Amino acid sequence: MASRAQMEQTTVPTVEPPRPERPRGAARRAVETAPQLDSLIHERIRLGIVSALAVNETLTFTELRELLKTTDGNISVHARRLEEAGYLDCTKAFEGRVPRTRYRLSVTGRQALERYLDHMEALIQAARLR
Amino acid sequence: MSWPEREPTEGTPLKGHERPLRTLHGQAMENLRFIRETMERSASFTAVPGKGSVLIGVTALVAAIWAGRMDGREGGAGGWPGWLVVWSWELPLALAIGGIAMKRKARATSLKLLSGPGRKFTLSLAPPLLAGAILSLALTRAGQAEVLPGLWLLLYGAGVVTGGSFSVRVVPMMGMAFMGLGALALFAPGSWGNLLMALGFGGLHIGFGWVIARRYGG
Repeated sequence: MASRAQMEQTTVPTVEPPRPERPRGAARRAVETAPQLDSLIHERIRLGIVSALAVNETLTFTELRELLKTTDGNISVHARRLEEAGYLDCTKAFEGRVPRTRYRLSVTGRQALERYLDHMEALIQAARLR
Repeated sequence: MSWPEREPTEGTPLKGHERPLRTLHGQAMENLRFIRETMERSASFTAVPGKGSVLIGVTALVAAIWAGRMDGREGGAGGWPGWLVVWSWELPLALAIGGIAMKRKARATSLKLLSGPGRKFTLSLAPPLLAGAILSLALTRAGQAEVLPGLWLLLYGAGVVTGGSFSVRVVPMMGMAFMGLGALALFAPGSWGNLLMALGFGGLHIGFGWVIARRYGG
């Protein structure tokens, strides 16, 4: 007598779903390399910091916090991660008696954002080609 | 293949609308939208080119001086007043300068994404300009050309206010100033038309363009 597993193997037809057409070129590479996305930028708050600084020469800690509607701790942690990676330049100074931390996007950071944008656009392109 | 994991310890917890989408391309679109919204919200970027506006202002001042000298004379085969012909040449010149300057500014930022605000501004500006062109033809044919300075300033101002509503505050302010001058020109004596256009298309472009170039680049 055949086991239950053997019966299921013989009675259940296996229908292979039609294979989607593979996207080509850069789009295919984007899909294949999706797991290697720049995780530094991919995180939502870090992506917000980099995006805001891409269109502003500099932004202060407070401006970033208000813009991204988040906490001091979050901005502090994420900005430090970006700074350690060389994506941001940070300057600390006093304006009057008030300490001001000012951030600027570095060349490396801008290049990383451009790569990330290219990757996103290629992923969308890949989906359209399917 | 999987979407890279978010870091649970550092990020703020995702809210309902931020939950990962099922598809890669869906998430990619969501991320691009987030980047664009963040850039627009940070409100220190304007697609309007400052230096380009200054140059437009300078050409408008030259046009105003030239048009002033043409006052009372006919300027072309259609029997149009000379000042109207001069300003009709100034319009395509200003559009060309503005278009090139906007493109250069977008390129200088090295981000394709920035074509979005520029496109939005252009699309908002185009309908009032088109309406102005059609009304100009109709009013000139009806012998009402003296209202054109007011009409042009008013419609251009309306386009700048609409196009600049998502931009930095200085852009809609420039539009309001144009609208104010336009309203004044419509009720002022016809002989003030050229002067008010010099103040508007010349002076306001130079003044606001300088502010934009200094504060927001380009």
